[in-house]
Amino acid sequence: MTARTLAWLFVLFMATLPLWMNDQYILYVLTSTGIFIIAAMSLNLLLGYTGQLSLGHVAFFGIGAYTSALLSLGFDLELGGGEPLVLEPQPVWLAFLGGILMAALFGWLIGRLAFRVRGAYFVIVSVSFAQVMRMVALNWVDLTEGPMALNNIPPLTVWWPGEGVLPLYRKEYYFLLVLAVAVVSFLLIQRLVRSRVGRALVALRENESLARSVGINITRYLVVATVLSAGMAGAAGALYTHYIRIVDPDVFMFIYTVTMVIMVVTGGKGTLAGPIVGGLLFGFLPEVLRDVARPEMQWIIYGLVMIAIVFFLPQGIVPAVAKLFASKRSSRDGRTPATPRVSEGASS
Amino acid sequence: MPEFLQHLANAVILGGTYALLGIGLTLIFGIMRVVNFTHGELYTFGAYMAFMLAGMFGLNFFLSLLLAATLGVALGALIEFVLLRPLKGADIDTTMLVMIGAGIAMQAGEQLMWGGVAKSVPNPFPTDPVVLGPVSVGPIRLFVLAVAVVLLLVFYLLINRTKLGVAMRATFQDPDTAALMGVNNGLMYTLTFAIGSGLAAVAGALLGPIFVVTPTMGDLVALKAFAIVILGGLGNIPGATIGGFVLALVEEFGAGYVSSGYRDAMGFLLIIAVLAVRPQGLFAAKERIG
Repeated sequence: MTARTLAWLFVLFMATLPLWMNDQYILYVLTSTGIFIIAAMSLNLLLGYTGQLSLGHVAFFGIGAYTSALLSLGFDLELGGGEPLVLEPQPVWLAFLGGILMAALFGWLIGRLAFRVRGAYFVIVSVSFAQVMRMVALNWVDLTEGPMALNNIPPLTVWWPGEGVLPLYRKEYYFLLVLAVAVVSFLLIQRLVRSRVGRALVALRENESLARSVGINITRYLVVATVLSAGMAGAAGALYTHYIRIVDPDVFMFIYTVTMVIMVVTGGKGTLAGPIVGGLLFGFLPEVLRDVARPEMQWIIYGLVMIAIVFFLPQGIVPAVAKLFASKRSSRDGRTPATPRVSEGASS
Repeated sequence: MPEFLQHLANAVILGGTYALLGIGLTLIFGIMRVVNFTHGELYTFGAYMAFMLAGMFGLNFFLSLLLAATLGVALGALIEFVLLRPLKGADIDTTMLVMIGAGIAMQAGEQLMWGGVAKSVPNPFPTDPVVLGPVSVGPIRLFVLAVAVVLLLVFYLLINRTKLGVAMRATFQDPDTAALMGVNNGLMYTLTFAIGSGLAAVAGALLGPIFVVTPTMGDLVALKAFAIVILGGLGNIPGATIGGFVLALVEEFGAGYVSSGYRDAMGFLLIIAVLAVRPQGLFAAKERIG
């Protein structure tokens, strides 16, 4: 059985889940975990494949959430002078697209500025950017309602033959929608990292000067990766906001970025399956810990897990498991284990 | 005009502590190549220690300050010894992840230990402001400025005039050659991290009586320290000192004349401006840091 069949079996299993599983709570956890997995996959594109840590990744998530919420709710804005800027509520899917585009646009801006210099600059710029977005969401009360939050955000809709356009109020359907978006994102990233662009990204992660010497325009590829990653994070944010149907400035909190980072690093950065494995693990861990530990303890555990992973499992779970299987198979065949390849798209 | 002078005075006072935070962070980055995400937590730690010693145990404020600084130095040395020393030679991303993990754990630990309710360190000075012409300043703020300036001077003497400073600068320029000349690199790293941490802890303890102490107070401070360090160029100590005062000026005048809600966003705007115009930092020679 190949990894490919296994992956599709997993998707099939997930897709049939609402048919036989009646536990609404687990479905809820799975849906929000799915949304975070999409965000983690987008982070992995930067952290895993280009080696750039976007420590303000939640900014793109939040921009997607706020933009989509505002477009679907409509707003009027006093810009001083004459007429106020009035926007009628837009169809939700248009708003959803708007969220993706807005996040991608900010990704482009941040990428263009921060990648003028290499080193720790991108990390610092991105982390401050998220904090500034939080301040804007808190202070621009005319637009964002500030700490009062945007309420009654309409749910996403779906067109069904014979029924017309239906809002997705039911958890089962929303779960399937998130699953579908996750699969599409996965396939997109898979296509991307196996393409010319993906190989260029890996090349510049492994050795920037060498990549430059063979004519790869480093900064351009980095910006392209940031735009795609930001857009995907924006999609996750928009899914999130139409799911919980409220959005407040806390969506920009640093701990959400940390959650994404820890998902990617634990699962295995630079592998396609890594964010999914890490995401499932850290999506359910808080639910398991909830009964035994206070939230502060949970964060202490997260911090320590992050340290432990770097010390003892620096590649993450997926490459470690893949290596284990590879060595088992080759010892059965009586061969020495193959040297593990530099992690890239192959280990799905 | 009086308003202008008042803002200027506030900015200079704030700038002293910003400079302390900035040089601690830039020192650690310059010598160790570590982006220290525990810096804000050490600031918080210093403030809580001052609160515990002066507020809970009723110790003398100045003694508490000294003890808080010492504890900060010790905690910094411990972090370096336990977390960074085994990772010697690891790349910058690896140590960054470890530091982020440590920062999260420390912040959650502070939350667990002290609760979410804001604390305040008792102010040992009279609260009546000192009036100097058009400017009035609380005595505690003058004390904070004085301590910050003295610490900055001591730090410069340490780096430029002592054997230890020469050894640290040598490690900064070329660790291998420094080791060949008999410099104990490991010791230099531990000392660097300890000194940087101590400066952050002092800043926190100093500002304890002026602002309130909360477990998350370090988040914004860490961001400001990062902004200061980028302003001056990563690893550039004089740059970070000036950067501290520049950030304070921009914040104070931005909050006073533009918008107070975005006071804490000024640092980010400065970073963006610097990256757009002079990416290597305001005071760095080009390509000083990779």
